[in-house]
Amino acid sequence: MKILVTAKRVEDPESKIKVKPDGSGIVQEGLKYKINPFDEIGVEEGLRLVAKHQGEVVVVSVGGKEVQEQLRHALAMGAHRAVWVNHTGPVDQLGIAALLQKVVEKEQPDLVILGKQSIDDDQNQVGQYLAEFLGWGQATFASKVESMESEQEKNKVPAIVLSADKKSVQVIREVDNGLATVECQLPAVVTTDLRLNQPRYASLPGIMKAKSKPIEELTPAKLSVDVTPAIQVLKMSAPPARKAGIKVADVPALVEKLHNEAKVV
Amino acid sequence: MPIVLIVAEQQPDGNLRKATLNAISAGKQLAEKAGGELHIALVGKDPAKVADELKGYGAKAVHLGAAAELEHYLAETYAPAIAALAQELKADYIGMASTAQGKDLLPRVAGRLRAAMATDVMAINGSGADLSFTRPMWAGNVFADVKLTTPVKVLTLRATEFPAAAGGQGAAEVKTFSPKVEASKTKFVDFKEVKSARPELTEARVVVSGGRGTKGDFKEIEGLADDLGAAVGASRAVCDAGWVPNDLQVGQTGKVVAPSLYIAAGISGAIQHLAGMKSSKTIVAINKDPEAPIFQVADYGMVADLFKVLPELRAELAKLK
Repeated sequence: MKILVTAKRVEDPESKIKVKPDGSGIVQEGLKYKINPFDEIGVEEGLRLVAKHQGEVVVVSVGGKEVQEQLRHALAMGAHRAVWVNHTGPVDQLGIAALLQKVVEKEQPDLVILGKQSIDDDQNQVGQYLAEFLGWGQATFASKVESMESEQEKNKVPAIVLSADKKSVQVIREVDNGLATVECQLPAVVTTDLRLNQPRYASLPGIMKAKSKPIEELTPAKLSVDVTPAIQVLKMSAPPARKAGIKVADVPALVEKLHNEAKVV
Repeated sequence: MPIVLIVAEQQPDGNLRKATLNAISAGKQLAEKAGGELHIALVGKDPAKVADELKGYGAKAVHLGAAAELEHYLAETYAPAIAALAQELKADYIGMASTAQGKDLLPRVAGRLRAAMATDVMAINGSGADLSFTRPMWAGNVFADVKLTTPVKVLTLRATEFPAAAGGQGAAEVKTFSPKVEASKTKFVDFKEVKSARPELTEARVVVSGGRGTKGDFKEIEGLADDLGAAVGASRAVCDAGWVPNDLQVGQTGKVVAPSLYIAAGISGAIQHLAGMKSSKTIVAINKDPEAPIFQVADYGMVADLFKVLPELRAELAKLK
């Protein structure tokens, strides 16, 4: 199985995001960067699938040379090689999907795994755009029934199940009010939800090995893709702060407030 | 005249998903600001089931596309049907509630129409052709005002930010059409519904949520929720541990809720959890740790053990009745 997985560079989800006073963006100073956590889940799932069925995991990222850090991280987890689309200007989800379409046409993977969203833009679009552009099936919000404490998880069993004839995959999707199971003919696009798996840590030998794994460099021009964004961010602002509340001493005081002040009970 | 097309959603039981009503009122607002008209679309096996309900929300027309092939929702079969209708109507804006289905389907529709898209729209700004949309980024730590520059613009609408549309606003014309049906490379296998007698999280007036502090014991949380007719929610840690079903997760990556009353018990208040509940009208936090970030958004905080507080709270609330 050849699996293409995305590895977007995003701000560390634990970092405090502040908007610049002029609303033109966020304050970059002091921020740490990581692979998008949902993409990391995708890398893990890809590695589990090839551990079971043989094959290759190729990671792809779009951005300046700094995104090589995230590609190396995925390589250190065990991915086999990387594709770097070198692009420093702004790009939106349509542009990313168009670039990925070209990378897919070049690499011909059986499966593309992406995070369901990246934790910076929170758009949740690229996987679906890509599936539509390629005319492939899609299974978004891939999840599983078992918990993170299950035997299946401990044994790193992939949650995406390849059919006996290797022509399709079964995916459990996390949707409103339950779990939906779909079967996608390969090649297909899958996007990951939170509880698909717990990604592994990169081992020291893994980190050493990653240094010599190949990263192929491409550009939007080489892929003949115009990435002029169709989304303009006019202004960013901090969400309105909630007015500081009060501490109540005991339950009767709480109920009194809820009943007479907030009037919600 | 600009055309706003709102896509309605049926639940597996055929009833309208309530978030559709919020999307309709957002669509109405959008149509007013754009100086256009509102249309509603629904495709599926039996969209006629909710035709009477849909026509009362003040739309110009309700478009129903029935096909046996659309029995089970799949983005691949629904997207061509919606995109073809949107093209026929020359829709300028296509919107749908930010439900799991909305988030799965609309980007595929947008892809078909090469349209830019804004996810989780919270407000519609401007007027005429100069419209922009407020949406959250970085787990709700940033609100961005964005403009879409493609001819067709696609939006998912965050239900908690728009009121539910009220019925009885005259009768829209109901039109039926034959949806474009394309073969799908994806098959529906099954749907395991998490059945609950409690109201749905995103629709409840009161939500009682438990976090790591419950150590997995949700008895008191559920008891209080039932006393209040509330929905039960949970933090990510609790869902990750498998203590409660995944779809109870409140947060940026789970459900976004905005009830009149949100009670957080044993929840520390990670950024991504706060992003999912801080629009609630009144927030109560119960936590042993006085430094827990949840207290920064709580109207009423109690530094105490939830296992002691919740039974007392239930007894005290019972006295009000």
